[in-house]
Amino acid sequence: MTVIVTPKAGPAKQVVKDDSMLKQKEMMAAHYERLTNAPETGEKVASTFVPGNLNELIKCFDLLNNLPEVNAIQSGLRRQSGSYVLEAEKIGHSEDVCTYVKSDIGMMAKGNIGPNGKRLPDPDVLLLSYTGCFTFMKWFELLREQYKCETIMLHTPYMGDGKITKNMIEYMVKQLKEEVIPKLERISGVKFDIDRLREYLKKSAVAEDDLVRVLQSAKSKPSPIDAYFGGIYYIGPIFGAFRGTDDAIDYYKFLRAEVEERLANGQGPVTPDGDMGQEKYRLVVEGPPNYTNFRQFWKMFYDEGAVVVASSYTKVGGVYDFGFRHDPDKPLETLAEYCLGVYTNRSLPMRVDMLSNYIDEYAADGLLINSIKSCNSFSAGQLLIMREVEKRTGKPAAFIESDLVDPRYFSAANIKNRLESYFQMIEQRRAGARAAA
Amino acid sequence: MKTFVGIDLGSTTTKAILLDENREVIGRGITNSRSNYSTAARVAGEEARVDGRFTLSRRALSESGVLGARLDQFLAALERAFRLEQFLEQLGDLEQTCLRQVNGQRFAGREDGVKVALGEVFTRLRGEAPELYAPGAKRKSDFFRDIAGSRYHSHAEEVAREANLPYDLLLNVYDKSIIEVENRPPAGGLSDKFRRALARVLTADATFAGDASGVQDVIQRSLDVEFEETYLVGTGYGRVTLPFSKEHIRSEILCHGLGAHMMYPKTRTVLDIGGQDTKGIQVDPNGIVENFQMNDRCAAGCGRYLGYIADEMNMGLHELGPLAMKSDRPARINSTCTVFAGAELRDRLSLGERREDILAGLHRAIILRAISIISRSGGVTDEFTFTGGVAKNEAAVRELKKLIEENYGKVTININPESIYTGALGAAEFARRAHLGQAAGGNP
Repeated sequence: MTVIVTPKAGPAKQVVKDDSMLKQKEMMAAHYERLTNAPETGEKVASTFVPGNLNELIKCFDLLNNLPEVNAIQSGLRRQSGSYVLEAEKIGHSEDVCTYVKSDIGMMAKGNIGPNGKRLPDPDVLLLSYTGCFTFMKWFELLREQYKCETIMLHTPYMGDGKITKNMIEYMVKQLKEEVIPKLERISGVKFDIDRLREYLKKSAVAEDDLVRVLQSAKSKPSPIDAYFGGIYYIGPIFGAFRGTDDAIDYYKFLRAEVEERLANGQGPVTPDGDMGQEKYRLVVEGPPNYTNFRQFWKMFYDEGAVVVASSYTKVGGVYDFGFRHDPDKPLETLAEYCLGVYTNRSLPMRVDMLSNYIDEYAADGLLINSIKSCNSFSAGQLLIMREVEKRTGKPAAFIESDLVDPRYFSAANIKNRLESYFQMIEQRRAGARAAA
Repeated sequence: MKTFVGIDLGSTTTKAILLDENREVIGRGITNSRSNYSTAARVAGEEARVDGRFTLSRRALSESGVLGARLDQFLAALERAFRLEQFLEQLGDLEQTCLRQVNGQRFAGREDGVKVALGEVFTRLRGEAPELYAPGAKRKSDFFRDIAGSRYHSHAEEVAREANLPYDLLLNVYDKSIIEVENRPPAGGLSDKFRRALARVLTADATFAGDASGVQDVIQRSLDVEFEETYLVGTGYGRVTLPFSKEHIRSEILCHGLGAHMMYPKTRTVLDIGGQDTKGIQVDPNGIVENFQMNDRCAAGCGRYLGYIADEMNMGLHELGPLAMKSDRPARINSTCTVFAGAELRDRLSLGERREDILAGLHRAIILRAISIISRSGGVTDEFTFTGGVAKNEAAVRELKKLIEENYGKVTININPESIYTGALGAAEFARRAHLGQAAGGNP
């Protein structure tokens, strides 16, 4: 383990990071360098989204993958999103609009400076792989207006009936063949090579295997990982621009070894303050985290001995724990299946099933929902999900509210109050159960 | 005797409950939270112990049968006399503190004049104090700051005029002193005040004279009982700022759930509207919290909103409900934003709407918001218990009853006159359980 010192002003606090985190940091830094250097190197850029991210396909055309959501997250973590959101509001975007969108729009308005302090390139193509979040469509409409570049839309049918049918796959493959691939060929000037795609897909599957092992390590007691706050780091490469790369394979191999070592030693997760103390509460969390106060938010959990053993958010860029892997033998079909399966494209009953099962499989004490003020896509139905999961599992649930990257909606005292109440509620239930036993 | 203390540090008031080993409430104490939770906790605790002395005295006098049917009358007089003694004691402290503040450039050459004027103000305050605590007298508030403050201002204005002194000089010393005095626990001993109060009652009412020695003995014995603070649990907004260790802290949601259960064991849904938050809580048959929802990000529609409205209308907080009750045509108001409330109010008044109708509309808006929180927490299950400061407001209660019936049908609605102590009661019971070594939620 390496200890690094954050360069922030004020009393320097040592933040503990796993070696895998440092490796990821290097990967991200290199990727952002490549992106910001694109105008000089001549590399072309495709902007796309995390859910339904077609990284393997994008790579087939030598395009660089730029993810506006990840840029917004980076702005949130770096405490810049607040001013970007205000900037977007100045331009005319209302208060309730998704704050990822506003952070992105505001960042563009302020010179589009990326996390490495350099200007992010204009995209050559906007690849909208639509997977259940309506806002994505509006977001790219705005970007198209701004960049006047080509837009490609791959429509993923919603899994309203809870299953993937042959028709759905055919519908999507047809779009890939007739719409997506020809356009990408034209924009990039690179001919599509299906064998090249197979190679990338093969690599994806290797990394996906390791990721699943890492996430499922949380079934152990104590859990060696935090599958929400830590999980956000773990999904970084595979949800972003690294799926299908050797870098991702190396990262996940490395991460898995690290986690397995913790598992063997009976250790809990690493937090920014070092090893977490005794594991007292095991939670399943639904909904994205807050990024503007990420560390403060996390601290409210680990200070109380609460560890998240499974979360739905770490499934937005792909659900792998039920067996799906990118399959090089069915290259286009597998891309369709991947898009169909991401969390945001799953119906309410599927989400309820998933969360209820997580509570059982990961022996969790209950469900916590972090409801995001500006994310209708996640928030719709969350109260219903909560009731249903409570009813099915008999475990207590709680509801807190914050936002993705708008710092105005993170009220620390309120959230802490609810969390503490929830932890004590779990405690009380346990005591009640003990008394009844 | 063993006592268990529960302290609820609310944003507006701090409440304390003293419980005995039989789960009976011995004493209740309340004070304003000020900006200093530590003092607030100490004062509320002290008040609860004072109340505890009255409870013990009542028990003992009742057993001894000394006063017969006049027991209630006697105890009411004793309590008024005690409050008067307490008030006079704090007034003395305030006077001394004010005198000390008379120095510096501002007062140059006028020190003596200001000191004489202060002496006169306090003489007047002391002179009228007994009236404040006369039988049937209505006080705007029971907190020293509120009572002393408003009277001080009016006397100081008069005295300054008479003495040809700038009023703001007298205001200045008061402003500097009141916080100091408020944050200082009363200096005098509790027993002394009791004895002085007793003497006052016996002198004032000759009818008690015959029982004097018997009463004195019984009260002295009650004063001699030592309240052993066996275990303390703190809850409420200020809990984290207190020097309580973790095992002495419980969430106010759990405390409210348990407190409501203790008041009404069949409670399954609790609504608490406090100063800055509204909580909807579902509890199981043992008072264990099953689910809860609270207002988030914004305190619109909480108790503080009514406080703000009262200020805007230049009324006392507890005058709002009765005025709203006079309305038969509540105004339709949707926003419960505290900041907008003033503008909304003035706008409607200028349009000629009646004050009672506007107020009734505002009460309805608050309750609509509360109903939304309850429904998100899982709806209303019989029985329903309404707690918090707003439960004392009859107009709010009227709207609540109406809306509950419309949405959930006939449900038993419990409102305890002591509902403001619900959180503290739950905390005291947690303290008792913790002492018994029971697990946090175990049944007693």
